[in-house]
Amino acid sequence: METGKKVQSEGSEKTKQEIMAERKAKKAEKAAKKSQPIKTTEHGAVTILSESIQTNTVKADETGKSKADLKAERRQKQEAQRAAKAASVTEGKQSVAPKVQQGKRIPDQIQADRPSVEKRLVKRYVSQKVPQLPPAERKVQLFSHLQQQERTLELLTKDLAVNQSKIHPAVIKLGLQYASGIICGSNARAVALLEAFKRVISDYSTPEQKELSRDLEVSLKPCINFLKQCRPISVSMGNVIRFLKRHITNIPSESTDVQAKKCLHEEIEKYIHENVELAGKTICEEASKKISSGDVILTYGYSSLLLQILLKAFNEDNKKFRVIVLDSSPRSEGLQFLRRLVAFKIPSVYMLISGASYVMPEVNKVFLGAHALLANGNVMSRVGSSQVALVAKAHNVPVLVCCETHKFCDRVQTDSFVFNELGNPDDLVAAVKGKPSVHSIANWRELPKLSLLNLTYDVMPGDLVTAVITELGSVPCTSVPVVLRVKHAETVQLTSP
Amino acid sequence: MPSLESEIEGIIETFTNNLKQRKFKGSRDLALNSVQLWKKIIGQMKWQNARELMDKIKEIGKDFQETSPSETVIGNMTRRMLKIVRDEYAMLQKGKQEDSDLQESLQKILTADEVDVDYSKNIPLLKPAIMEHIGEFLTELESSEIDISAQALEHIHANEIIMTIGYSKTVFAFLKTAAKDRAFQVIVAECAPFYHGHKLAADLAEAQISTTLIPDSAIFAMMARVNKVIIGTHSVMANGGLKAVCGTHTLALAAKHYSVPFVVCAPMFKLCPEYVCSLDQDGFNQFASPEEVLSNDEGMLVSRVNVYNPIFDYVPPELVTLFISNTGGNAPSYIYRLLSELYHSLDVQL
Repeated sequence: METGKKVQSEGSEKTKQEIMAERKAKKAEKAAKKSQPIKTTEHGAVTILSESIQTNTVKADETGKSKADLKAERRQKQEAQRAAKAASVTEGKQSVAPKVQQGKRIPDQIQADRPSVEKRLVKRYVSQKVPQLPPAERKVQLFSHLQQQERTLELLTKDLAVNQSKIHPAVIKLGLQYASGIICGSNARAVALLEAFKRVISDYSTPEQKELSRDLEVSLKPCINFLKQCRPISVSMGNVIRFLKRHITNIPSESTDVQAKKCLHEEIEKYIHENVELAGKTICEEASKKISSGDVILTYGYSSLLLQILLKAFNEDNKKFRVIVLDSSPRSEGLQFLRRLVAFKIPSVYMLISGASYVMPEVNKVFLGAHALLANGNVMSRVGSSQVALVAKAHNVPVLVCCETHKFCDRVQTDSFVFNELGNPDDLVAAVKGKPSVHSIANWRELPKLSLLNLTYDVMPGDLVTAVITELGSVPCTSVPVVLRVKHAETVQLTSP
Repeated sequence: MPSLESEIEGIIETFTNNLKQRKFKGSRDLALNSVQLWKKIIGQMKWQNARELMDKIKEIGKDFQETSPSETVIGNMTRRMLKIVRDEYAMLQKGKQEDSDLQESLQKILTADEVDVDYSKNIPLLKPAIMEHIGEFLTELESSEIDISAQALEHIHANEIIMTIGYSKTVFAFLKTAAKDRAFQVIVAECAPFYHGHKLAADLAEAQISTTLIPDSAIFAMMARVNKVIIGTHSVMANGGLKAVCGTHTLALAAKHYSVPFVVCAPMFKLCPEYVCSLDQDGFNQFASPEEVLSNDEGMLVSRVNVYNPIFDYVPPELVTLFISNTGGNAPSYIYRLLSELYHSLDVQL
């Protein structure tokens, strides 16, 4: 039951037991200072009932006998609730369908306008000693449900003590790399996360009286929350975290630390090899077949997978094609893509996204990368991709999205507002810095009615996409839930005892 | 007489130089200046009859057109002058009322062969009539922005979210007038690589209108929440299509996708009797320096990559919902009728 609850959450939910456990741990520390005998308990094998009794008795001892009656009443209520939950969860576990069907929780990242959720998050960050960025002074009203923070990156590490043990240094480094945009892109972020976790796992040592399969997860939580503060996690990273948690909880309790770490390392390497490297190669094969000599191919922004595909088609398969790279401010990722194409001598054209209608009549195919594929067939990609697909559709040009299956997620979204990431608004000003002919709005904060919006992602409706090329073949956008179901069935088979 | 001729040539030359050096700030400025120039020319030039006047106007107008072919406003004003001359001549010649003139033009549209009116009669009242008409036209031009803004409250309602692109003086005046009485929000697309949207956003914010500035790439993403799209344009073509700033076609397609009304604010002097084919972009489009797109700092790339920086976009008439001009609102399908009232079919080819 505990396993099920943990798998269900997206890494940010705490079960009642964990809250109790943490409170217990804190009180134990306090008691140690006062040099009183501590009653530590094991997390794993102990039944819920005894845990609750222990916690309540510790509380009663410290706070006075007058509250014992209230405690007993509360305990009875909790036991009744837990029994009811146990019954419902065991029923739910019998179905093959994912845990999602048991009352899906709305993620915290899209509830920034609810003060209760915000307070809970702040409390959690404080308890885990995760540094927090201050909220933005000028929020965009349309996105008040999303986190909008002042992106002063120094605040992330300013208050971190040098010898704090909650957040591993590899994770701090990773977080800063994410926040400053050094590591960018779905695949890169997921792989970097796995490498960092490998370090964390190898440096981890199970404390006395605790089990690795329970405690490692708990120790990973502050790391994950720190990364969330640095930059909201991507869908690929979310899938990585879920995969890791699943494998951690499935470690048999008899295995030693060394065995467990070895096993986890192997699983991580297998994940990277299968889902990123091999999948990339398969997609390159498939997509290269779609490119013929004499084609004019349009791309937008930067996609590591697309780069692989184009290089393979040009170098190995010797196809002669031209590439038109579209780009947009403020990120100018297309420029990075262009650099790499030029380095490999692929004939290229470079334009801004506003010129899409000008250039579309001579384009044969549009290739786009994706950040994630949603369960309703929509494609979540860099902001601007849906526009390119729209113009392509208007000119009857096929749009091919290339995406590995580890980026598929079971979320559904109809537009780009529900779930998005807001970047630094000052980037819009920075993009025009050197241009004297542009009216400067560097003082935009002094105009109370003006706000700048720097969206990161947008959602492309599935009907604008001709086909999605994955390692399982070319599928239409509507096949995403089928792939998800197949994948989940596989993982249930692998991890079932 | 020679001094008059040279004076006329002098002012024509000044105007041509200003054209070449792009000293006119925007279409309205250009339109006003060119009509004032025509007033001087027609007033001071010696001509015997309407035919002679029209030939001279055509000659001068052709020169202007060749100086600056992409500025359609000049050609429009020339044709307007010719239409004024023809109308005044016809009215004085036949001494009929105005409504029968309209009937005549309708007949002309229906019948294929044109009855070529003989303009060679010398009518002494022609010159003052023409000058008066040009004077009225000038007042209409000067008040075109105010007339368009006066219609703002018909189209903008409370708590609407309006999207626009780039900087258009007409749209700015339109929104400012509406903001006096109604509270609404505006989303401005910055319109790279010239980033005129930044100026509009700053001006709107100073006028106490809630504004959000977005990069061009976010147009489709934001369209889901927009109630109306209101834009200005460079010119309106004869089929109701637009020659507008680059990025407008994407905006129009996004608006169509979400069924958002696409409103174009364009005064009548921007209406052009020519057609444009979107496949022949080299014919109607202009290109600015590629340095705005890919700066010369990127030397390694600039030498190996083709970079394009088109200024204009063609928007087909199916994507436009409404034209708001100084005479009122029109559908794109009505543009042909307005054309026949503004210009004569024989003057389309200068």
